[in-house]
Amino acid sequence: MKIVVTVKQVPDPNSNLTLEADNTISREKEVVLDPGDECGVEEGLQLKEAHGGEVILVSMGPERARDAIRKGLSMGADRAVLISDAQLAGADALLTARVLAAAIKQEQPDLVICATESYDGSTGMVPPMLAELLGFPQLTFAKKVEVAGSTVKVHRQTGDGYQVVEAATPALITVTAAIAEPRYASLKGIMAARSKEIKQVGLGDLGVDKSEPAETIEGVVDAESRKAGEVIEDDGTAVEKIVQVLAAAKVL
Amino acid sequence: MASILVYAELNEGKVASTSLELMAKARQLGDVYAVALGSGAKAAAGVLGKHGAKAVHVSEDSAFDDYIAEPATDALAALYEKEKPDLILFGFTSDSREVAGRLAARLGVGLISNANDVTAKGGGFVVKVPYFGGAKVASMKANAKPAIVLVRPKSFEASETGGAAEVKQLDVAIAASSKRAHITERVAEASEKVKLEDAKVVISGGRGMGGPQNFPLLEDLAAALGGAVGASRAVVDAGWVPYSMQVGQTGKSVRPGVYIAVGISGAMQHTVGMKTSKVIIAINKDAEAPIMKMADLGVVGDALKIVPALTAAVKAKKHG
Repeated sequence: MKIVVTVKQVPDPNSNLTLEADNTISREKEVVLDPGDECGVEEGLQLKEAHGGEVILVSMGPERARDAIRKGLSMGADRAVLISDAQLAGADALLTARVLAAAIKQEQPDLVICATESYDGSTGMVPPMLAELLGFPQLTFAKKVEVAGSTVKVHRQTGDGYQVVEAATPALITVTAAIAEPRYASLKGIMAARSKEIKQVGLGDLGVDKSEPAETIEGVVDAESRKAGEVIEDDGTAVEKIVQVLAAAKVL
Repeated sequence: MASILVYAELNEGKVASTSLELMAKARQLGDVYAVALGSGAKAAAGVLGKHGAKAVHVSEDSAFDDYIAEPATDALAALYEKEKPDLILFGFTSDSREVAGRLAARLGVGLISNANDVTAKGGGFVVKVPYFGGAKVASMKANAKPAIVLVRPKSFEASETGGAAEVKQLDVAIAASSKRAHITERVAEASEKVKLEDAKVVISGGRGMGGPQNFPLLEDLAAALGGAVGASRAVVDAGWVPYSMQVGQTGKSVRPGVYIAVGISGAMQHTVGMKTSKVIIAINKDAEAPIMKMADLGVVGDALKIVPALTAAVKAKKHG
């Protein structure tokens, strides 16, 4: 079974994001493999361990995204494809999905695994676009995945429980953080990752033209911010104070 | 006049509240019609008419209930070819974004997601998108035709106009090739007491709660106040509580009378889902936590002591 896992390098969620002068989110600081993608890699590896096959990481990003890819390879993925092209800076969701689809089509996988959403953008728009462009069904919000022959079955998290969703492969699944606890890379894995292939391709190699973005940014302003209220140390009277606020808000 | 198509998401045959919020905004932008797919669509048309839809395209084909995203994408693509709306509005919910994503890719037009306002300008549309945790708002001109925009829940207030929509049967044959991701079973887990989105008081817990074993303290307080319990993404990811409790950018958006953030630092991903609450109370051991800068009342202290004491005080006041 051939499994592609999409991965992305993101600013470290444990550090505070900062803005550049042009109001874009700084990507120059500490960067890591997206924690959601780590779960995707883990699930891919577990499926490979159960059913055999190959786990291929596919990423779009600058040259330095190799560090994040290397992390996935250290966990045990077999090889990787990095789509890197200066023209892709600031790519919107559709362009991102188009280049990922072009690279993934060359691999002809049975299963594509994406995180439900990235940690930095958190819009979750790329996976359904990617599924459409690949011509695959999408099995989303998976907190559990089972493969039997050419059928993939997931437990899809919903607001009040879950749905059992089935499809024939090839298919795209998105996984939540509940799917699997990502393994730590062993020293052996880290050593082995050094010699694993990261194939780098550009837009020309994929035969993708840069598309017009869906939007033009006209301006950025500060949102109306809430004013900070009163901050008190709890000296034993905090509960009484909270009760007063609840009463004033007429919820008590 | 611009024509606006609203994708009315149905949950167990009922129009999602987010879709009705979209109707209120769409009425200000042009001629509004809606599409409702799956069981309950015809009844939904009546509700959508009351909220200002001139016409509602309906199909009760069970494929819309039983298969993820693809049948709805087929229907919307066919409807787009026929009606050529200028703008298609979706709620930024997990179900709607899957359909919107496929549709945008199929039409090759892209989309704008996570919006909290749309205005008409110069024959086109300008969309406001909060980012950087809601600290910044970008104004984006939609370039594509149709413009596809996904709007955050609770961005607008739904209101009835009392109209009646013309109900139009949508004749679209769903091909077998689109019946693929098959929902074979639905399992209910949480018996929700008060729905998080509708609660007048929301008490959310984060890492500062110390562990899932302490969440019952929040449940007790919620029960005393008649509220609901939410959580930050950090503790959902850590597996302490289910995803259905997540408040934030991709979790639920809430706008209660009072929001009590317990042991939540106030990461951007979280605050964008709750910052429009009328009153915010934060309980945190860290006086410097970002949540303290947006709270009406910030209490620096031990949540595990304060919350049970607060529950007792609330009970005493109610019965006293």
